[in-house]
Order: sequence, then structure tokens, then C-alpha cells
Amino acid sequence: MKMSVTRALAGGAISLLALAFSANLASADCGIQGAGSVRILSNDFEALRVVNEAAAACATDKVTVKANATAEHKNIQGPALSANPAEYTVAMVANNSIVPLLNGGLIRPLDELVAKYGSSLKPNQLIKIDGKIMAIAFMGNGQHLFFRKDILDKAGLQPPKSYEDLLADAKIIKDKGLLEYPLAASDKPGWDLAAEFVNMYLGTGGEFFAKDSAELAIDNDNGKKVLETMLAMTKFMKPEYLTYDANELNKVWDSGSVALMNQWGSLAGAAIDSAKANPDVAKNTGFAAAPTINGGKIPAAALWWDGFTIAKNIPDADAAVSFQAMIHGISPETIAAHPAAATWLVAGYTPGPAAVGVIGNAQGGARAYPMQPYMGLLHTALSSELADFIAGKQDAAAALAKVKAAYDTAAKAGGFLK
Amino acid sequence: MARLFSLSRAIVQFRGRGLAMAAGSAKLTGAPGACLVFLPDWTKLMPHRTFFAFIFPSLLAMLLFITLPIVSVAVQSLFHEHEAILTSVESCDPFGCQTQTKVDSAAMAAIKKEHPLGQFAGLSNYTDHNHLALKDLGQIFASGAGWRGIASQIMDLPFYRALAFTLVYCFAVTPLAMVLGFIIALAVNTMPRFWRGPAIFVSILPMIITPLVGSLILSWMFNPAGILGATLQSLSGDPRLSLRASATLTWLVLLTYGIWTNGPFSFVVFYAGLQTVPLDTLESAKIDGASRWESTRFVIIPHLLPLATFVALVQLMDNFRVFEPIVGFSAEANATSLSWLVYNDLVSQDAQQFGSAAATSMMTIIGVIILLVPVLIRTWREFSRKVV
Repeated sequence: MKMSVTRALAGGAISLLALAFSANLASADCGIQGAGSVRILSNDFEALRVVNEAAAACATDKVTVKANATAEHKNIQGPALSANPAEYTVAMVANNSIVPLLNGGLIRPLDELVAKYGSSLKPNQLIKIDGKIMAIAFMGNGQHLFFRKDILDKAGLQPPKSYEDLLADAKIIKDKGLLEYPLAASDKPGWDLAAEFVNMYLGTGGEFFAKDSAELAIDNDNGKKVLETMLAMTKFMKPEYLTYDANELNKVWDSGSVALMNQWGSLAGAAIDSAKANPDVAKNTGFAAAPTINGGKIPAAALWWDGFTIAKNIPDADAAVSFQAMIHGISPETIAAHPAAATWLVAGYTPGPAAVGVIGNAQGGARAYPMQPYMGLLHTALSSELADFIAGKQDAAAALAKVKAAYDTAAKAGGFLK
Repeated sequence: MARLFSLSRAIVQFRGRGLAMAAGSAKLTGAPGACLVFLPDWTKLMPHRTFFAFIFPSLLAMLLFITLPIVSVAVQSLFHEHEAILTSVESCDPFGCQTQTKVDSAAMAAIKKEHPLGQFAGLSNYTDHNHLALKDLGQIFASGAGWRGIASQIMDLPFYRALAFTLVYCFAVTPLAMVLGFIIALAVNTMPRFWRGPAIFVSILPMIITPLVGSLILSWMFNPAGILGATLQSLSGDPRLSLRASATLTWLVLLTYGIWTNGPFSFVVFYAGLQTVPLDTLESAKIDGASRWESTRFVIIPHLLPLATFVALVQLMDNFRVFEPIVGFSAEANATSLSWLVYNDLVSQDAQQFGSAAATSMMTIIGVIILLVPVLIRTWREFSRKVV
């Protein structure tokens, strides 16, 4: 979901190249009615590239298709869709990145297009805001448990169901001398560290904000419990745990030095692909729903969906062809050809082994990543202000006070608090 | 003809400085500052009109691409976003339906059309908790903690934390990189002519490598699984030793990287300067029985001093804006800089904070100016003395 900056910079260069080559890559007619231009902006991971390629296959004499897959999409989408006509006709989004587009009124309601061209969609794919369809979801995502079957077997353990079990298991694995540092987490200060907090806090059942206001409400027992759990886990992690983001985490996992971690579902396929991953680790890697926390009943992880939106500032003809191309991009046929790329929400998809975790999260009743307009500001505040705490230099109460001070300042400047 | 003659004489006279300008123009960032210092010379050498014709394209570009954006940033730093008009709506996604707070985008669009900049906030972007934190400072000093407690509380504020690393980086890396560059320049200068080319190439490699790539390479080498990290662990006999785990070691690695990557710039300038050292003075020093160290100390260093001022000027400006190594080394937990704060406000998140980023940018610019004032004053005095 979130790429490290370095990846993003490198990715930017690559996607520029990809952009140059992707136009008119294939020209199989997929029955698009009308003529126009399809310009897709998306994040850059395997599942989205699958969709982009399938949509690009719709290019004909009358329909041009271009796709730009880049980890920088969140920074590009606002300015690009504000222009008139917009730079892109399609913006692929997730729960969090749709918020700025909704706030800015940059995307159009899709009800008419769905009625005309959307017969292959399932009702739960339609993202409705205030009764209007604003996006079409096609995959679910989220962070969930990765575990090493061989190491758990040797230690005589079952995959942990709660963070309390996970900590106890880590101690057993360490004490038995199986692994020096059995745990890992994406604790790098920045987006990843904040996401760890958000995941666990969602699992406590607590609310981030006071009802119907932007007033922060995490300074409570739930918030402290989450921070204590995060810190307790670091005792079982490599000393440089502060430098691991999600992409780095998969490499650490691949090196075989970790037994338990929470990691993105979209990276699960790569972890068990013996062609790309370390075969010894890949064949022993198992997935399960994220653990619960503090006696809670739901997996402590945010649910995410990825979907597409259509820009407002474009001609209706472009919107119609863009919608049809995207429907082809996420058609049951496309998905059937790439079942392992993601946890698809599309009709006819049978989940494979890599989808167990995300489906487990959803079935366990995990909550979606919050869509409040000020959630992004809280995420920013968490991302920098928890650094000292997770490094072990500060107590939980002080850390929460710092987060509140930083968030309040940003929310005031953002017009959400007085 | 006469004018040509005086021009060439002036060039000879200002050989050292002209050279410095050439080196400065290779590094775009250094050029404006350097030009300011050396401008008055050239106006004496040609009519104002010719001078203006030469300088006009550059002035125009500076106005368009440097001055105007800075003015725009300064204006933005004085504004907050409009007060958000929120509505509650029913939203449904694959995981269920719920009531959700949303910004009323139609109502906001109307307000934004009337006042596109947002609401005027005076200097509050500068004084708030995430920047100068005046209120927090007041409380910290009133708390009556000892100087240690006060220092650690101040270092807890995001702006001062970043400022501390920025200043340490600036004042540690600039002189040490200059010393390193000077030593390399002396060494290369004594090499047989045949080996000088390859030696120069190798010496300026750190400057050629993109900062982000250079810091990534070093960061991977310092990883406990990398060559330097593993060697350090086995040398120290401590399998838990990791340069990326502790704050002190992270700072040391970043400073070392800074010296490594900044050294070559000083080297290039000093090496060029060494070619202009008058041989007769050197020879007479030798005849007088000066040792190698003495002729370096009393002939070479005084000759290169104007160049050193120029290098210090450029390097201070550059180092004050340190950014790439922090990202490359994933050092955000232990070290942040002013530029990193701007980046964090703008790029890495879902919500961009333009006012806050603009305020930090303006303070970075002010910081650079403060740093340069002593050097500029000194240069100006030296210059006026020589010319008049």
C-alpha cells in the first residue's frame, strides 16, 4: 500500500518508461461503445498492474488507453484531477486516498454508468457516499499475520490469535533458541509506524475522534495499551527495527530470520511464490487473520479496499469509455487469469492461499480504515511523534500528549478545529 | 583595445576569484551568492548596458524561478485553510455501511472561490507547536527544570529537534569536508602527472554519485547483513551492534557520509587553486629552508584563503538544507532536518499541510541568510580593501 520513498523515486522513473511503452500495447477490441481517451493513474503494485494491462487491451482506433502506475499517485491525483480537463480520467484509490478527492469534489457519481455498463459488478463492489456511487472497489487488502509453520511446529505452538499470545509465543521461540529475534513489524517512523498504531487501536474498538467532531480521543487506556503492546514487541525484534517499512519487512521475512509478523495482504503472494522468494521460507509461510488485542473480539487491523473513480472535469464521452475500459480491467475473466495477485472482490473469484489473511480479517469483523477528512492529519502526527516512544526513549502518556499537540496544531491550520 | 587590455589584466589580478566563480557556476545553488560577492568588479570592466545585456537572461530566470516562488511561499505561510464545513452522510463499502463525516465540497468550493488563499492567520504558522512553539517554550522555562531537563524538553519539539541536527550537520560537515578536500588536493598535486587524471576521477566520484543513491549504498553496507555492518559486529564481538539502532551512531554515520560526499567539491576548487600558487614564492620559501609543512602553512594556505571563504559559503548553504541522507539511511527516528520537515508536511501523507510547510521553508531561508551574513560581511570588507 505504502511504498518507501526510495522505492517511490525509483518507481517513478520506471513508470515513466512504462507509460511510454504501454500505449497501444495490445489492441484487442473489448466492445467499448463510443470513442474517447482513457488515462489511468494508479498506485504501483502487482494487482493494479494486472488491471491496468487488461484495461489497456481495450485500445482501438477510437479509444486510446494510457496508464501511469506510480507510488507517488497520492501526491499527483489532487492537482491532476483539479485541472480542467483533468490530466487523468481514472484515479485508482483506496479508503484513505479517496478522501481528498471527495473533499475537493474532483470525482463524479457513477450511478448512470453503473446502470448502463456495470452488469458484471456485485453490489458490495459499489462504494456509496450519501446514496451516490462514487467508486468501484475490486480488491480488499489489509495487514494480517504471517507465520512460519516449521518454527511454530518446533516450538509446539499454534498461530497466535491475540497479541498477548503472540508476545508469549515470541518468548518461547527465543527461549528455545529457535530464533534470536522472532518478531518484526513495520515500525519505521513515517506512514508505516502510524499504520501499526491505527491497526491496533481499531482492534481495541476505540474511536479516534469524539463523536461528530475533529477532537482527538486516543488519549485513553486503549491508546496506552496499544503503545505498550507495540513497545513490548520491539524487545523481540532486531535492533534496527526502527528502519523497517513494509517493503523492507518482506525482505527480512525472506531471509528466514523472523517467525511472526503482521504484513500487507498485497505482499502475501510474493512471500509464498517459490520462484521469487526464498523457497525454504516460502513453503513454510502461512497466513491468518491479524491477532486481536486486549481481549477484543475483532482482528486488530484496518480493512482496506482498492477501487477506481472517474474524474469530474472530463467530457462525458471520455468518462463513458474510461468506465467501460475499467470494467473490462476488473472483469471476472481478467481476475480468473490472475487469481493469486490479490484478494479480489469480483464475482467468480475463488480465494487462493495468499488471500486467507485478508478474508480472515474481513470475516472476523475488522473495521475499515477511517474515512474522516481529518484522519490524514492524525496519521501524519502519529508518524513523526511516536518515534521517540518506539525507540524506547519516552513513556506512553508523554507520547500521546505529543501526538495530540501536533495533531491539534495541524487540525487548526487545516480548518477542522478552532 | 585598451579595454581589452584592462580586462585581461583584471582577469589575471582576480585569477583566484574568477576561478572560484567558474567552480561556483558548476554548482547552481552556489551561483547566486557567489555572483553577489563578485559583481562590482565586472561592472567596472564594461559599460552598464553591456553588463545588463549579459546578466538579463539570468536575472529574468532568477526572478521567475526563484524570487516569485519564494514570494508565493511567504504569502502562503501566513494562511490557514478555511474552516471546514462538515456534513454527516451514509457511506457503504464492501465491508458494510456506516455514518461518516465528510467535507461539504460544494459549500467549500464557493468559499474558496471568494478567498482562494484560505483564512489569514498572521504569524501563527510560525509560532505554533509544530514550529517555533513559543507557548511550549514559555511553559518549559517556567517549569523550573534544570538545564538538562529544559534541553531535553526543547529537543522534544519537532522544529528544534530538526534544527539541532541541521546545525550540527552544517557545522561539523562543512569544515571537516573542507579539510578532507584540501588534503586530497595536496596529495593529488604531488602525484606524478600520469596518475593525476585517474586520481582526480576517483576523488570526485562521491560528488558524481547521486546523493540518494550514495546514501542508500552506504546504508546497505552498514546494515548488519552488509559488509561494513557485519565487519563491525565481528571486530567488536558484539552481535547486537547496529549502526542504525542508536541515535549517536546514526548521527555519526550521517556526518561521515556528509564529509565523504562534500569533500570532493572542496577538493576540486582547492586543486584548481593550487595550480595558481606562485612557484617563485614557493621556491624562495624552500631556499629559506622552509619545510614542506611550513611552505604549506605560510604560502599555500594564505594564497587559498579567499577560495576557502567561497567554499565555506557554498557548503554552508548546501549543508543547511540536508535531506537526502536522512531518507536514504532511513534515519527519521533519530535525525530529522528542516528540509525533511517540509517534505513530511507535503509529500508522504494523505493530507498536505501547505501553510506549515511554507512556514518551515521560510525559516530555512532565513537560517541560510543568518549563516551567510558573517561570511558575506568578511568577503565584502576584504574585497573593498583590495579594490580601493
